[in-house]
Amino acid sequence: MGEHASFIIAAYAVSAAVLGALALWIALDGRAVRAGLAEMEARGVRRRSAGDGTAP
Amino acid sequence: MALMDLANPTRFLALAGRVLPWLALASAVLLAIGFWLAFQAPADYQQGETVRIMYIHVPFAWLAMLGYSLLALSALGILVWRHPLADVSHKALAPIGAVFAFLCLVTGSLWGRPMWGTYWVWDARLTSMLVLLLLYLGLIALRSAIEDPNQAGRAAAVLTLVGFVNVPIVKFSVDWWNTLHQPASVFRMDGPTIHPSLLWPLLLTAAGFTGLMLTLHLAAMRNEILRRRLRNLEARAAAEAAYA
Repeated sequence: MGEHASFIIAAYAVSAAVLGALALWIALDGRAVRAGLAEMEARGVRRRSAGDGTAP
Repeated sequence: MALMDLANPTRFLALAGRVLPWLALASAVLLAIGFWLAFQAPADYQQGETVRIMYIHVPFAWLAMLGYSLLALSALGILVWRHPLADVSHKALAPIGAVFAFLCLVTGSLWGRPMWGTYWVWDARLTSMLVLLLLYLGLIALRSAIEDPNQAGRAAAVLTLVGFVNVPIVKFSVDWWNTLHQPASVFRMDGPTIHPSLLWPLLLTAAGFTGLMLTLHLAAMRNEILRRRLRNLEARAAAEAAYA
């Protein structure tokens, strides 16, 4: 990649690391929220409107 | 299916669950082909091998602006239609857009050092892109600073629409002012000025990163909808416990 290889590699490495961290953060956030909902379900707390598709 | 049906959070969750794996796969395939072609493409006659950075820097710049435009649409949804899914979309997209704006600036700096001899200049394009990043960060901070989620959403929506004036400034800054940053070379009235051997890989990586941004946005929206359900359940459980 020539004399500027370090700049090219750094650009790709930073991009991969930051996008990877973003994807991981979203995946872990989703897992944590689902775990919280499962815990509420286990405690018998359910959405009143579950299944009717009206509540956010 | 009507558009308003998709705006129903429960139907949105079902649709997102079906679409997400295919969208992620399509993004990965587009990025793989795009990068393979990008590293097969000839070096640029002026930039040399450093042109490889353009295959990530340019899509990041486009997506930073597209992300903010989608934020502005979501802001309209919050203020005009007052739809909860618009607020969900807005909240989920701000950090993703901030990441693309940040990466645009970082990869641009890493290209600028060997090409211009400097990591940074206060030229109109670079400065307006920095302002775009600061707007994204400001929106995230504003939401965090206001406790009432509805009030936070409306305040963030107003700031988003005020800040949208910066998007055309980013796009046309290279035409309106004398900048070190080169003028547009793809989206031009007289067509792209890039040779097809360099243009096609760029378009493919741009399509792949667009798919990635949409994938992350849908996944983050799904998380946010579930988080709001969890918050409601926790509040109800706490209220029931207090009355028991």
